[in-house]
Amino acid sequence: MITGKILYKRPKTLKDVNMSYCPGCSHSLMNKILCEIIDEFDIQKKTVVIAPVGCAVLLYDYIDCDSVEAAHGRAPAIATGIKRVNPDNIVISYQGDGDLLSIGMAETIHTANRGENITVVFMNNAVYGMTGGQMAPTTLVGQITKTTPSGRNPENEGYPIRACELINTLEAPYFIARCKVTNSKSIMQTKKILKKAIGYQINKKGYSFIEILSNCPTNWGMKPKDSNKWIQEVMSKYYPVKIFRDKGEA
Amino acid sequence: MNKKILMKGNEALAEAAIRAGCRYYFGYPITPQNEVPAYMSKRLPEVNGVFVQAESELASINMIFGAGACGARCMTSSSSPGISLMQEGISYISGAETPAVIVNMMRGGPGLGNIAPSQGDYFQAVKGGGHGDYKIIVFAPASAQEIVNFTVLAFDLTIKYRIPVMILGDGLLGQMTEPVVLPEMKEIQDDINWSICRGQDQVIIRSLYLVPENQLELHNLHLQKKYRSIEKDLNKYYEQYNANDCDYLIFAYGTTARVCKAAIDRLQKENIKIGLFRPISLWPFPKEEIISISSKIKKAFVFEMAQAQFEEDIRLSFEGKKEIKGFYKLGGAIFNDDEIYELIKKNI
Amino acid sequence: MNKKNNPVINTDKCKGCELCVSECPVEIIAISDEINIMGYHPAYITDSTKCTGCIKCAISCPDAVITVYREE
Repeated sequence: MITGKILYKRPKTLKDVNMSYCPGCSHSLMNKILCEIIDEFDIQKKTVVIAPVGCAVLLYDYIDCDSVEAAHGRAPAIATGIKRVNPDNIVISYQGDGDLLSIGMAETIHTANRGENITVVFMNNAVYGMTGGQMAPTTLVGQITKTTPSGRNPENEGYPIRACELINTLEAPYFIARCKVTNSKSIMQTKKILKKAIGYQINKKGYSFIEILSNCPTNWGMKPKDSNKWIQEVMSKYYPVKIFRDKGEA
Repeated sequence: MNKKILMKGNEALAEAAIRAGCRYYFGYPITPQNEVPAYMSKRLPEVNGVFVQAESELASINMIFGAGACGARCMTSSSSPGISLMQEGISYISGAETPAVIVNMMRGGPGLGNIAPSQGDYFQAVKGGGHGDYKIIVFAPASAQEIVNFTVLAFDLTIKYRIPVMILGDGLLGQMTEPVVLPEMKEIQDDINWSICRGQDQVIIRSLYLVPENQLELHNLHLQKKYRSIEKDLNKYYEQYNANDCDYLIFAYGTTARVCKAAIDRLQKENIKIGLFRPISLWPFPKEEIISISSKIKKAFVFEMAQAQFEEDIRLSFEGKKEIKGFYKLGGAIFNDDEIYELIKKNI
Repeated sequence: MNKKNNPVINTDKCKGCELCVSECPVEIIAISDEINIMGYHPAYITDSTKCTGCIKCAISCPDAVITVYREE
């Protein structure tokens, strides 16, 4: 039996199960971070996470909070319905790039535009993970995927979409930030930002959009460590990591 | 008793919804049902309700899914093309078993069609318009008063059975002004023990069942069991008009049935023994009653503003035992009583 | 005087992603040659006496399988 002061332990809201994400996946990490924040705010019983279509579809098997499973792209609309009925509950729409920027673009933009008092966690890993590595709206130019075998060609597929920049053109959003989780330092920073966003929701400040530059070691064909390096060296050049808007600091 | 007032079908529906406890409306404009969201946008804030004009029908139905997951009495309304867009969400809501009242004031199709009354969405409504094996309760009122009555019932049933309930009208019913008696405003406290946001242990509202392998099969069997019990419970929603001791029986629903009544009155004056059987619930379909009545007649007629969609269910009930002759109006065209009168005369 | 820290990896649940290995400032995490119940080579602590209790390994562990204790 090991005793002593605990410096770090698994958050209580994260169920004691094996997450089905691949080794080193940013989804696992962000599920964990979300649970840490939920624990720190002590809001487990009042939080609702919307499970998207994609690798995080089984979110509710890991995060021990009320949950509604959305059709592909519709998470923000479901979040809107929940929040309008229960404004005191904390609603988190957790979505991937295909979900948020492709099939669910309309819901994404309009939910942000209404300034719904929810928190959107946007996992951008530049690829469709669950279906096996097809092109995402955020796939970089030249990036090879299952459906861009010669690399994404803007003449045929257009350019990768920058979500934060797009949402930053709207009046209503309260907090918009892009983060990365490539090492312990950036994980800490990201946690701080996401905690701030959820704090804003608790205080009924309005809509927050937190993009996480995420890895997909499996579909990128890289070791987890190399995938994080690729985010540092390549992905974050196109998708700058920064706080785009923070009305709480203005 | 409340007094009679004149109201447009769509507005009567909206007020009835509010009086039945609906406090959440999400919808997207489309003709011919725009009076519903317009009325709701004005009325809901007066009763501390929420009105959101969604960005699309896809969003509307998913907002309904979210609100329904909270166990709320919620409603969306649309017309044919918009209801097609909602089919994805209706399938999810059916799988996840959350409440939803959905109004379809049908218009001519296919495609953008027109904005004239139609009954072309019959199959979509009663056979399950989206993917997977599911059913929704479908009521087809034929007057503003029935719109009111069945809207109120729809909310009670959607909460009771956790199944979408559709009010299937058409452009004519929605736009027509008629006297109605509205119910008293109900103060609703539904006793719900399955929804999210109750501060209890985790509640998951889902339609995905991956493991164990037979979990989805079991879920489907559970749904089918529920559907069978609803079929048993809701077998009384139909109208018979001069249907006793008939040689001939017309089968029609909604707007078409109203027109048939005028023709029946004329035919009866000529001592033709003809009546009307009008299902009000299209699912569950009053099959037993139709089977029993079919044995007593010589021949049946079906009138509908669609190509033999409703007729198919009549034929299934008749099991080929009696002759059925169907007449159809397509693309937003409406029957008139002269026409029905002539068609019957020619075919008896 | 420094208190003793004790990082504990739940090796049954470790997926061997190695992200903790590069985080450790005192390089006391390695990947085992053994295979765990899930079929992965799990991480293990080579020398816990050197642990500074910085918890970088635990922070970066996606699967939250690392617990770090400090002697009281």
